[in-house]
Amino acid sequence: MIDTCDQIFVLLQHWLVSFLPASWQTGAGVLLSVAAIICVFPALFAVAVWLERKGLGRIQNRLGPNRVGPFGLFQPIADGIKSLTKEDIVPSSADAVVHFLAPLLLVVTVFMGFAVLPMGRNMVLVDLDAGLLFYFAMGASTELAVFMAGWSSRNKYSLLGAMRAVAQMISYEVPLLMSSVAVVMIAGSLSLTKIVEAQNHYTWGFPHWYIFTPWGFAGFLMYAIATTAETNRSPFDLPEGESELVAGYHTEYSGFKFALFFLAEYVEMFSISGLGTTLFLGGWSAPFSFLTWVPSWFWFFSKLMLSIYVFIWMRGTLPRLRQDQLMNFAWKFVLPMCLINLLAAGLWRFMGEGWLRWVVCSAILMITYAGMGLAEMRRQRLGPRSYRYAE
Amino acid sequence: MLGEGILKGMAETAKNFFGSYFSADRLTTVEYPEQRIAPYEAARVFPFLVYDGADWEAGMRCVACQICEKECPPKCIYIEKSTDKKPDFVGKPQFYPARFDIDISVCMSCQICVEVCPFEAIKMDTEFELSTDNRFGGLLLDRKQLAKPNEYYHQIHPTEASAVDARLAADKAKAEARVKNAAAAKTAAIAGEGA
Repeated sequence: MIDTCDQIFVLLQHWLVSFLPASWQTGAGVLLSVAAIICVFPALFAVAVWLERKGLGRIQNRLGPNRVGPFGLFQPIADGIKSLTKEDIVPSSADAVVHFLAPLLLVVTVFMGFAVLPMGRNMVLVDLDAGLLFYFAMGASTELAVFMAGWSSRNKYSLLGAMRAVAQMISYEVPLLMSSVAVVMIAGSLSLTKIVEAQNHYTWGFPHWYIFTPWGFAGFLMYAIATTAETNRSPFDLPEGESELVAGYHTEYSGFKFALFFLAEYVEMFSISGLGTTLFLGGWSAPFSFLTWVPSWFWFFSKLMLSIYVFIWMRGTLPRLRQDQLMNFAWKFVLPMCLINLLAAGLWRFMGEGWLRWVVCSAILMITYAGMGLAEMRRQRLGPRSYRYAE
Repeated sequence: MLGEGILKGMAETAKNFFGSYFSADRLTTVEYPEQRIAPYEAARVFPFLVYDGADWEAGMRCVACQICEKECPPKCIYIEKSTDKKPDFVGKPQFYPARFDIDISVCMSCQICVEVCPFEAIKMDTEFELSTDNRFGGLLLDRKQLAKPNEYYHQIHPTEASAVDARLAADKAKAEARVKNAAAAKTAAIAGEGA
């Protein structure tokens, strides 16, 4: 029974596919899984938008949307209908083909990432040996779509937004990869299913998630910072800073193309949270050994939603960074921390079991963090700013 | 320590988030169509015309002097003077507006018409739910739509209305006294002639 619950989607897929002739079964199974991914994540997107608007409202002591349906629950449906029925405007000077392709490319690449994410026990579309590599390849091509959108719009705000987006995403791609490399070093595999398996052990009822190790904790923090920047979420939402750039690279998009950008932003958030869950939070494994009877997909999605909540919480708290602060932070703080973290992970791997590696790794990371933090804060000059204008 | 400020900020927003579910004075939103706040006494939206008594046409205080029409900065008032006269509140025959239109799509709620009116005939309303489905005819209010009884004025601006009523009563008493004095003087003169 527990097993059936855990494998319910896998069994359902097998059952549905079994009606087809044998030669079609593999293809149909893949199609079915793809369809499931394409249905589940946009649905989750609707829920997340509602949660975000409600949560931000509550953080600002407002009610949030409450007009459409009970507690405003049908707000996403209303928004969807609105964006579908709105006029789709293409600026006359825009590069029409690229302008049309950009949102499509963005959505496609964002969804491709889910192909390798294990969303439950045996619930992975393609179990690639180099799954992590595939994921990052797909994640990196979203930058192309963003730049296509900004470039083809022929609008200075769009272009500025796209330039900022590309600069930011490429800068943070490095710490993102570096923080994940530590996990690969310990797990010894680029396959995401193997990484989850490596964390799915329990000692005294507690799991061996990588976040509960010194290098994993530091890596997770760096990963969280980098993902926030990768998904253009506040406080790293410079590419679409509405107070400066109208809406950044999607200023010139309206109607459903705009909705696609919006969808892609959230779906990317899901997929990157899903990857973070897989790498550091034990993927689909239960947080305590006595909870292993709960279906694995439940744990995956609850961890994912928890990450989304932290994203929303951060958005409600932190103000937007300046461009130079953003870059300094990436190259002068996050990246060195990631490199030190790699050293810590290496030591962890080769020092063997025991308490010594805990002390050594924690000490290295803490001292680096405190030292770099102090240096960083000493360098910052607070006081009235002087402005220089172009003559 | 680096990151301390972020944690403090996160704690603050979390406090707000959970606090808004438990403490009513955090959540100050008034859900407007269902819940309302009574308008403040000093609130003003668009002007209306005051009338005394039961019949709006007979009791209208406006004497079509057209000062408000001339003073109105955006020129949203249109008045046509009557040809005949009707008695005002002291019984003196006065013109009245045959047409009095205010285009509230033009009106900027400045209250200058109210300030300049020597007859206490035009006052500011607090009614603000004025949207219509016809943006030309629906927002052009004629004198019938603008006419509202003095009781309504008392209801929305009690202090101001009482002061106005006292002033009008004093004026009326003065006018009556003048009439009486004139009559007394006349009778005295007749009596004097007779003597």
